[in-house]
Amino acid sequence: MLDTAPVTHPATVREPFAQAYRWMLLARLLEEKLANLYRGGKINGGVFLGKGQEALSASLGMSLRKGDIFAPLIRDQAGRLAFGEEVIEAVRTYLGSRLGPMRGREGNVHRGRPQDGYYAMISHLGAMISVVCGGLMARRLKGETGAVGATCIGDGGTSTGSFHEALNLAAIEKLPLVLVIANNQFAYSTPNHREFACRDLVDKAIGYGIEGHNVDATDLDACLRVVGNAVERARSGHGPQMIVANLLRLAGHGEHDDAGYIPQELKDSPVGRDCLKLAECALLERGWMSAAELETLREETLRQIEETVATVQREPAPDPDQENWCALSNESLDDLFVAR
Amino acid sequence: MITYLEAIRAAQSKILADDPRAYIYGQDVGEFGGAFKATKNLAKEFPGRVIDAPISEDAMIGSAIGAAIEGLRPIIEIQYADFSTPGFNQIVNHAATLFWRTQVKCPITVRLPSGGTAGSGPFHSQSMEGVYAQYPGMVILTPATVEDAYSMLLEAVAIDDPVLFCEHKYLYYHLKAEGLPTEALPVGKARIARQGRDVTVVTYSAMVHECLAAAEELVAEGYQVEIVDLRSIKPIDTDTVLASVARTGRLLAVGEAWPWGGVTAEIVARVASEGFTLLDAPPRRLNAKNTPIPFHPNLWGTHRPTAPTIARALRELLRV
Ligand SMILES: Cc1ncc(C[n+]2csc(CCOP(=O)(O)OP(=O)(O)O)c2C)c(N)n1
Repeated sequence: MLDTAPVTHPATVREPFAQAYRWMLLARLLEEKLANLYRGGKINGGVFLGKGQEALSASLGMSLRKGDIFAPLIRDQAGRLAFGEEVIEAVRTYLGSRLGPMRGREGNVHRGRPQDGYYAMISHLGAMISVVCGGLMARRLKGETGAVGATCIGDGGTSTGSFHEALNLAAIEKLPLVLVIANNQFAYSTPNHREFACRDLVDKAIGYGIEGHNVDATDLDACLRVVGNAVERARSGHGPQMIVANLLRLAGHGEHDDAGYIPQELKDSPVGRDCLKLAECALLERGWMSAAELETLREETLRQIEETVATVQREPAPDPDQENWCALSNESLDDLFVAR
Repeated sequence: MITYLEAIRAAQSKILADDPRAYIYGQDVGEFGGAFKATKNLAKEFPGRVIDAPISEDAMIGSAIGAAIEGLRPIIEIQYADFSTPGFNQIVNHAATLFWRTQVKCPITVRLPSGGTAGSGPFHSQSMEGVYAQYPGMVILTPATVEDAYSMLLEAVAIDDPVLFCEHKYLYYHLKAEGLPTEALPVGKARIARQGRDVTVVTYSAMVHECLAAAEELVAEGYQVEIVDLRSIKPIDTDTVLASVARTGRLLAVGEAWPWGGVTAEIVARVASEGFTLLDAPPRRLNAKNTPIPFHPNLWGTHRPTAPTIARALRELLRV
């Protein structure tokens, strides 16, 4: 089903919109801070921003509820926060704090709390989709109903074999899976026409026998409506849902990349609009927030981020002497000879 | 001065210029010049022969096998060695078996940016040469110097069998040489990177440099450490290893990969079985720790062997 799925989600009213905006703003400002720390040499490894993807990601995080499964990808800071990640978890992971969820073993976007349905991505693109499918199959086998599993991927990630295998599996099993494809036009430097040759990625849904939806991801109203609807359809037994969201990556692939390969015309075109700015204008126009309220929100958000970063910067780094160098949960089964 | 990375670029430029059968296929290798810039400007210099691939490692390797059957010499750039795993099936089950099954040669070169760098974590740091070496049917090169990065890549593409070219990311920018070499040892020959009489260290890739630093540390203590740079881990130059152990009577094998099996185990096994009587002390190995590769530099610096831990292992071995 393409573009024709009935819209059952209520028309946008102030609260989901304003709440989504808060997550978007928090994600944007948090990532700007992380980018600054990176430029100042305070972060090891890469920093990858979700700039331009916040409306889509926040809408997804907000459409999910406790008990659902969420496997975010590289550019889903907003969705992670909306799904319940604390700012400090993100900061601790980037800064490698020993107290963070990843304890310095993992960095940047490779974080999560699988025990809470918040799966922790591996780098290999496409790998999370089948894992979410398995989570949903387990729920079914355990007799639990009502949960949805959502995960995200980029335009480039659709080229992987894993993507194909997992979607086919999800379709066969009619799983309540929501796959959000953020088509931000580039996979690192590679433009869409070097990743796929179909008219529109959403056409792939036909091939898998699942429902597909398009959304303009610069438009928060549209994101809340389309993503919310897809999540509801998955939840109410309509099988896997594919959402193809159109947007532009408003940053480099990572902060090391100036993205000089993105043409100016594309940046100036509708797809290059900044969802955060558009949402801000809408809030003002609709009288849902005043300029003063927006300013206060921004200041409070910045303060929260600064305080969190300051806290984490005082936290201990991982200590190799205290580190448990064992990758097994059952330590008695570790190969002690090689573990020496 | 030329870096290890520039040497890899220069070799590819020469290959494309000299061999019309060669082409490069990989993610972002075209106009962008690759994630590490190993193909910078090559798309412009060789129109149509440096081609952007989709994020499809299985199909990238599979397509290279097909092109090789048709007489071409593909160079596949995998963005990070870690991402070769989706292409693992085509590498080990198809490329590596083709000649043996059909007598049709499979001259593909797969470039695997390998090894750890600070902050790269478990999926951008792996050293997979030992995993691949377990399978018959491939040549596996692990250059440790700028000169070898250049000359061995030239040779890799000339070889009529599948070659995995494990270039070390840590050396990309760190390592510099005066210029490109005009002659080189052939693939399959190890190199004595440092002469010494007291102990033999057998190693390869970035670990050569950690071992050289460890050897310097031991000079003050009166020890002369000999270092063998394997250059190629399949085939291994067993003769050069045994000849060195015959001179020193002691062996330490050092690798950045995980400790279960792998290159260092192979070295120790060969020396123990073929050179037992040459040894004055039990042969030793030093590898990374037996966990995934950690993100934080504090942990990463302990996870892999470094000059101080190599020096410590050498002291223990020399005291036996
Ligand atoms: C299997 C695999 N191959 C290569 C990579 C290296 N890589 C990381 S991100 C990326 C580009 C991803 O593009 P896309 O899926 O469009 O997502 P975007 O970065 O645009 O959000 C690549 C090639 C990877 N992570 N996984």
